[in-house]
Amino acid sequence: MALNPPYWVDTLTKIGIGLVAVLLPTGALVYMFLFKMMSFMQSRLGPMETGPHGGLQLLAEFGKFLQKEDIFPSKADRFVFAAAPFVVLVSTFLLVLVLPGGPDTHFVDLNTGIYFALAVSSVSVIGILMAGWGSNSKYSLLGGIRAAGQLIAYELPLVLSVVGVVIMAETLNLKGIVAAQADFGLWFIIPQFIGFFIFMVAVQAELTQPPFDMPVAESELVTGYLTEYSGIRFLLFFIGEFATAAVFSAIAATLFLGGWTIPFVDANAEIMDYIGPLVLAAKMIFVAFLIFWFRITYPRFREDQLQRLAWKFLIPLSLLNIVVTAIFKVAL
Amino acid sequence: MSTTEEEVVEEVQTDAVREAIAKAFADELGDGFIEQHVRPGSDLWIRIAPASWVAAASFARDKLGMTWLDFVSAIDWMPSPFGREMDAEQDWGAEGRENEAQEMTTGLAGGDTRFQMFMRLYSTEEHIGVTIKADVANDSPAIDTLIPVFAGASWHEREVAEMFGINIVGHPDLRVLYLPTGFEGNPLRKDYPLVSRRVKPWPGIVDVENMPGDGDDEDEAEATA
Amino acid sequence: MADITADLDITNEEQLRYIAGQAADARVNIELETEGMTLNIGPQHPATHGTLRIVARLDGEKVIEAEPIMGYMHRGYEKLTEVRTYPQVTTLINRIDWVGSFANEVPFILAAEELMDVEAPPRAQYIRTALFEMGRIANIMLFLGDMPVQLGGVTAIFYAFRDREFVLNQIESATGGRFHPNFNRIGGVKDDLPAGWIKETKSAMQKVRDFCDEIEDLVMGNEIFQTRCRGVGIIPPDIAMAYGLSGANLRGSGVDWDLRRDADSPLAWKDLDWKVWTHPDGDSFSRFWVRLQETREASYMVEQLLDGLPAGPIMAKVPRIIKVPAGESYVQTENPLGAMGYYVISQGELTPFRVKIRTASFSNMSISPWLLEGVYVPDIATILASLYFILGDIDR
Repeated sequence: MALNPPYWVDTLTKIGIGLVAVLLPTGALVYMFLFKMMSFMQSRLGPMETGPHGGLQLLAEFGKFLQKEDIFPSKADRFVFAAAPFVVLVSTFLLVLVLPGGPDTHFVDLNTGIYFALAVSSVSVIGILMAGWGSNSKYSLLGGIRAAGQLIAYELPLVLSVVGVVIMAETLNLKGIVAAQADFGLWFIIPQFIGFFIFMVAVQAELTQPPFDMPVAESELVTGYLTEYSGIRFLLFFIGEFATAAVFSAIAATLFLGGWTIPFVDANAEIMDYIGPLVLAAKMIFVAFLIFWFRITYPRFREDQLQRLAWKFLIPLSLLNIVVTAIFKVAL
Repeated sequence: MSTTEEEVVEEVQTDAVREAIAKAFADELGDGFIEQHVRPGSDLWIRIAPASWVAAASFARDKLGMTWLDFVSAIDWMPSPFGREMDAEQDWGAEGRENEAQEMTTGLAGGDTRFQMFMRLYSTEEHIGVTIKADVANDSPAIDTLIPVFAGASWHEREVAEMFGINIVGHPDLRVLYLPTGFEGNPLRKDYPLVSRRVKPWPGIVDVENMPGDGDDEDEAEATA
Repeated sequence: MADITADLDITNEEQLRYIAGQAADARVNIELETEGMTLNIGPQHPATHGTLRIVARLDGEKVIEAEPIMGYMHRGYEKLTEVRTYPQVTTLINRIDWVGSFANEVPFILAAEELMDVEAPPRAQYIRTALFEMGRIANIMLFLGDMPVQLGGVTAIFYAFRDREFVLNQIESATGGRFHPNFNRIGGVKDDLPAGWIKETKSAMQKVRDFCDEIEDLVMGNEIFQTRCRGVGIIPPDIAMAYGLSGANLRGSGVDWDLRRDADSPLAWKDLDWKVWTHPDGDSFSRFWVRLQETREASYMVEQLLDGLPAGPIMAKVPRIIKVPAGESYVQTENPLGAMGYYVISQGELTPFRVKIRTASFSNMSISPWLLEGVYVPDIATILASLYFILGDIDR
């Protein structure tokens, strides 16, 4: 865009769009997948009362959470307890900064795009530990510790699976990766199918969704580290969970599914600046569909099985993927 | 039960297998074996002295192949002082029958005391079980624990202890099972009142439904599918 | 004090310093020693099948000891039966295993019939057996949906409840009650079957079989389910016998014993062509597997029963007001949860003198302290789910 607004206008606009870019997909995901797709897969209808086919259920839920009492467990560490949801949300909002929506549409054009994204996504682990500790409850503590172990273990496959893509694209910049896919002619999911598989499994674990939802295992720990949260704080965690799902799906779409490009359309066309975000949103919804489909179907892993899967299977596989990609890159 | 030789001669039926089991118990326990009752083709009851309680269980498990513990429980043979006759005019009141000494009758294989422990063991291979009864003393009733023989007896004995007040000697952890901690009284004893029935006496048989086939639907038996 | 340092070559001062150092170390060790965290699961909890409380002492993620505490639903059935007439007792005992519905009444009625020396006519026995097996199907279908939920796979339970409705509708149309039919009477059953019931029930049985196939694919074939269940909670057969385990818990450990085949029962099982399923492994998966096969088998049995339903009366000649002659009788049947038995002592009056109710879940649960030692916390859910108890059955 040719405008040159003053820095503060630019920043405020970007903050506004950023909020919308995170919250709108979150709401869409929650409604489509959690309310409707999960219900249909379970042979039931889901919310139908509020609005047409339950469309306003989100608004109703939002209002419900807003008007609840703000409860602090007795002897809880108030600051830690209160700050935890914000820490998780901050990492999500930071993640969306590097997503490119078109050839010139972006929040920030970072040369270390994907590296920054992966680093920032780990900040949520601190938030979860704060939630578990600050609740002053055995259930929450157990959930928080399980979560920390799991999230740290699955960081490695997440990062390593991206390395294959980076090798093929020769850049860490997300715009560059999208451009590389356009140049290569094929979306990276095809040569990097192993990387895609590992990335999806790792994302499922990073989101603590089933089959990796030990930290919130409902049948044992009530809701794990979330047990003591109610009202608006619980809503913040809830938004954080789905927003992270949305953003990670968008990142997966960018890395593996060609981002905002459509096949047979020139990647640098001006029109893509406007259509690009929509294309990205569509691909994001597809990836999120995969995530939620697994969530609904699979039972959960036990903690030790989960760790074994990460350390003994996913990491060697992703290392193998890197080696094979490098060989092909050098040879071809 | 295909191994029984049942000779149905008028009213006389014999059950050779069960008689043999009873005899085996008698031989093993000697003086500890008091009485037996065989219902041919159906079941076997034996009564033993409480001192042979564990020995009988051991013998059954090791020599007779009765490795399956069915249950361990107790019976309070005293007739309820609060009455069970369903005669609505007679309301015995909260103290029960004070001035009528009731005759205590015991069941199959007899019994001498008010409390009787009984257990049932079963063999899943031979498909035969035995009910073993033992009288326990009237004041401070007590019996040995079966845990060394059947580990599962632990919970059954806890229930007996709390419901009947029978002390299980040697039980490692005789806490209450069902009742809240600190509960006073032994509910399954006959002199422990069923409070709801004390508050409101039994109304009598107020409605008895027709037997199927009573009245004018004699053709009910021909009901089509 | 001198003994400790007797063989060391040191002066008195060094001796004292040495001993003080050892004592200080010991103090630190004791203070740092962690005993394990006590976790209280229940009685209000999404996982437990009712108000069961489990107190577990944990060391990290491993259970040092776990113990169930029951009695939150103790209703005092054995005391109540002493002041109820026999038909009233039937109403009461419906509620012991509230998903197995019809199956609770049958052993008690059979015990009373044995004391009265009354035999129900063949048609009544067939109807009883059919409803008994349908109660089994309804009960186990709940288990087949519920165990995956305990493990985290939330979808299966919806299918289970949806398909269970067909069976419950059939039970309701015959008896008037979905969960508490109260249909047995001493001497037979209360009513004859409604028109069209046989055809509808057969189609319901087909739906049950479709459901079993679906669960076999969706749940049993799921790798994560298998990883969570195989090798978890292994019960050796001799331990199982000592604790009095029964039903699928025993058959899942390889013991070939089924009271429908092995006990001499007046019900119609001996006329049917069916198979007892066992599995040698003894872990949680094998218990799930056995129950799935049993459900399918039960649906075939119901169809055979309905095909061979004899004509005739549904009630033997019994007096209107039932006074059971004096005597004792014990009848045990293969209920959905395991072996359930009623020991009825009668002294010739309108009410029983003492009824000892032997419930399957009580014995099944008695093994849980032994079984839960040394497992991981998530395995508590797996093991208890695979043992499958209904709280009313434990607590009576």
